[in-house]
Amino acid sequence: MSGVNDFVVQFATVNGSGSASANRLFARSVLRMGVPVSARNIFPSNIQGMPTWFEVRVSEAGYLGCRGGVDLLVAMNPETWDHDVAGLAAGGYLLFDSTKPLPRSTQRDDLTILGVPLTALCNEAFDDPRQRQLFRNIAYVGALSALLDLDVAALEGLLSEQFRGKASLVAPNVRALQLGREYALAHLPCPLPLRVARADAVGDRVLLEGNTAAALGCVYGGATVAAWYPITPSSGIPDAFGRLCRRYRVDPATKKHRYAIVQAEDELASLGIVIGAGWSGARAFTATSGPGISLMQEFLGLAYFAEIPAVIFDVQRAGPSTGMPTRTQQCDVLACAYASHGDTKHVLLFPEDPHEAFEFGALAFDLADRLQTPVFVMMDLDIGMNEWLSAPLTWDGCRRFDRGKVMTAEALDKGARFGRYLDVDGDGIPYRTYPGTHAARGAFFTRGTSKDAMARYTEDGAAYVENMERLVRKFETAKGLVPAPVVRPARRPTDLGVVYFGSTAPAMSEALDLLERRGVDLDALRLRAFPFSDRVGEFVRAHTRVFVVEQNRDAQVRSLLAIESGVEAERLVPVLHYDGTPITARFIADAIEHRLAAATPGDRRQEVVR
Amino acid sequence: MTYLAKPRLHHPDAPVNALGYTRRDYEGAVSTLCAGCGHDAISAAIVEACFELDLAPHRLAKLSGIGCSSKMPTYFLGASHGFNSVHGRMPSVLTGANLANRSLLYLGISGDGDSASIGLGQFAHSLRRGVHMMYLVANNGVYGLTRGQFSATADRGSPSRRGAVNTDEPVDLIGLALLLGATFVARGFSGDREQLVPIIKAALLHPGAAFIDCISPCVAFNNHEGSTKSFDYVRGHDHAVTRIEFDRPPRTADGAEPDGGNGALVARVEPLVPGYDVHDRLAVMDYLARHGAEGATVTGLLYVAPDAQDLHAHLETVDEPLNGLRDDALCPGTAALEEFNASLR
Repeated sequence: MSGVNDFVVQFATVNGSGSASANRLFARSVLRMGVPVSARNIFPSNIQGMPTWFEVRVSEAGYLGCRGGVDLLVAMNPETWDHDVAGLAAGGYLLFDSTKPLPRSTQRDDLTILGVPLTALCNEAFDDPRQRQLFRNIAYVGALSALLDLDVAALEGLLSEQFRGKASLVAPNVRALQLGREYALAHLPCPLPLRVARADAVGDRVLLEGNTAAALGCVYGGATVAAWYPITPSSGIPDAFGRLCRRYRVDPATKKHRYAIVQAEDELASLGIVIGAGWSGARAFTATSGPGISLMQEFLGLAYFAEIPAVIFDVQRAGPSTGMPTRTQQCDVLACAYASHGDTKHVLLFPEDPHEAFEFGALAFDLADRLQTPVFVMMDLDIGMNEWLSAPLTWDGCRRFDRGKVMTAEALDKGARFGRYLDVDGDGIPYRTYPGTHAARGAFFTRGTSKDAMARYTEDGAAYVENMERLVRKFETAKGLVPAPVVRPARRPTDLGVVYFGSTAPAMSEALDLLERRGVDLDALRLRAFPFSDRVGEFVRAHTRVFVVEQNRDAQVRSLLAIESGVEAERLVPVLHYDGTPITARFIADAIEHRLAAATPGDRRQEVVR
Repeated sequence: MTYLAKPRLHHPDAPVNALGYTRRDYEGAVSTLCAGCGHDAISAAIVEACFELDLAPHRLAKLSGIGCSSKMPTYFLGASHGFNSVHGRMPSVLTGANLANRSLLYLGISGDGDSASIGLGQFAHSLRRGVHMMYLVANNGVYGLTRGQFSATADRGSPSRRGAVNTDEPVDLIGLALLLGATFVARGFSGDREQLVPIIKAALLHPGAAFIDCISPCVAFNNHEGSTKSFDYVRGHDHAVTRIEFDRPPRTADGAEPDGGNGALVARVEPLVPGYDVHDRLAVMDYLARHGAEGATVTGLLYVAPDAQDLHAHLETVDEPLNGLRDDALCPGTAALEEFNASLR
């Protein structure tokens, strides 16, 4: 097997062993050589002692989706040895700790076995038991640097940046790196045919985790109140928000905080706090995952019906129930789109990567204030908890928060007519006042019960219907405010289309290239929000068959398209990947090709590829 | 018609307070509760307390959950923003509102179903966080709006109007509030306005989480013989331990803001029982346990922490309301983002 700047390395380790930072070091060193990487954590719901994997895809072509298959395995976990070795591609490379002999169960004769006595080397070089363990990880990165021809100066540079101000830590790390490197140079066929060559394909992109990006979006979007309950994979958002606020939101004179973060007693209280803050005119958010969304249903209906801004980050994980808490899916789309009892519809944003998690994170607050309603940022574990190579974050210095229609004391003094639920502009969006605005005018009673345009309780059917119809008008208005879909036309005219969204994006763009090479042309549309723009329906109607690619079992977005875009469901062919691993280009391309070869449109038996 | 505005005519000789408001300025819509409901007496006491404290009505916000008790905010402070949220979840909504704007005074109105059953968690956590608020539970031991089921504060052995006997232990909201760190704990009785108005005033002046358990008999479903939440029972077993006096140092000229009001009046607690120390939490808990076991309904301002703080102090938030911070105080801007990008390469 050979490959320059195009291969997958998998690190099979035990969680809690300190491998994560060594693995990150490896990924970043490739990036420093100008070669794009994508890196994914695959981990169980556990803190210490269970198997965990870190997968780095090196792709000069810039394909950042999960590829599937492993070319080089760093096998550090005896427990998963057989499974990991079985997953290696034909002719792959196996790097292992040769302090102990190769497990007898290793049956494959097509592999190149690369033994480095990591434990022995580190035991000899270091006295402290914890250091001996930790530096085994750095030592295998050192061995890889020789095997894959990595720039050792880049690695050492990264180590000194990581331990800036802690010079005493740099030296032993560099020593461990050299231990592995020197051993490999002396004993192994360095470099391998599989290697990294300096390129210029990274540009100004940044390596960023989605949860951190979303939290920064909250800072830039002006969020001041955050309330949350710990749940994987979303806890990184409030964690990062706190860190970022300590950096950006401390009053320089008084050292007091321009933010309030409450770890609430549950997800119900989290959203209650957000709603109370939104009612009072502060920008507020919560971050959660599927089980939290289930618990928030009642409050979501209140915020919808009483028209209170709220921002909810849903970092989706595999459901139902506790499901697979550390595995990725896009399985909460319908639960969020129609959250709560009664007739409701909610605004959803679908970021494709951390860059958009930042952008949509900030935008969500403008939309929530403008539309006076909950706005969901539909992330997933793959985006949230992995570092993605993303376009650098940008911010227009002239941008101001859009606080929406807020009636001020001055306007009330000038005699403006105020009715909390009066549709004065015909867009379905009424004016609101913050509590405490005016001594004599503008106060109203907020309630989850039916009310008339002046916010007075009523059970009058006509007033109820009028209000519900206005909410539909408001949702129509939302169509024009949310991010528009992005269309990527095929090079040649085609009557086939594909619709996708969220973290499927990098795998999809690679799949489109693959399919094009196989002679399959597809026009592609990436959804970025619900309600769907009219362009989505037009796109579907312009094609005889449209594949809808999603990471859930029930083709939730396909259903949503059929319900909300007025397109015939028969045109929409589901392509579903939901085993908890990120979707791959190979899967998408194979599934679509298979369907084109085998199925006639509307043949339901063939509709689900698993 | 389920909503009746009160006529806005003022009696020309109606007394006015320091801000020039009459009592009518603190009233709300006409109550739709049953005639004689204890809750209406509580609403009237809130009106009186706010009038006497010279609070500007629009600088208060009133929030509630669901139930008869939670309808009350419609019937007082018509010039204040109100929020009738969802069942048992008033405390979280109030917490959020308070975090957004610390310059208002918050009235949380709840009931025994709302706070002791479905909302017991939020009741507990809002108190332990020290949210600056007056949290009043209108406690009648029964679900009124759903026609007379026992609530979680009904005493064991207490019969329903139809004769069923409650076999569950009651939730003791006062005991919980003391355990959870509420810095102001009082029990009132809707039938004793002389005692209740000063309790509400003191709660509104308190700088932290102030909890009032106000026994408020349900005339429709729980005012019969044998009930421990009836007018007759509470009158017969009322054991008041404190009395509140207010000292008014000279006021500043404007005094329009509630903060000014807070600073200007000082509540002084006088024991009615020799040796009762309102600042000694453990002694108060012991006293309540002993006298409660003897069947007494201990009332009055029961406990005040000498060093009360609120959630904003714990979170070290800025003095100005968070909802008033402008873009440049919140958004780090373009240059900071460039720097952030650079750290990720």
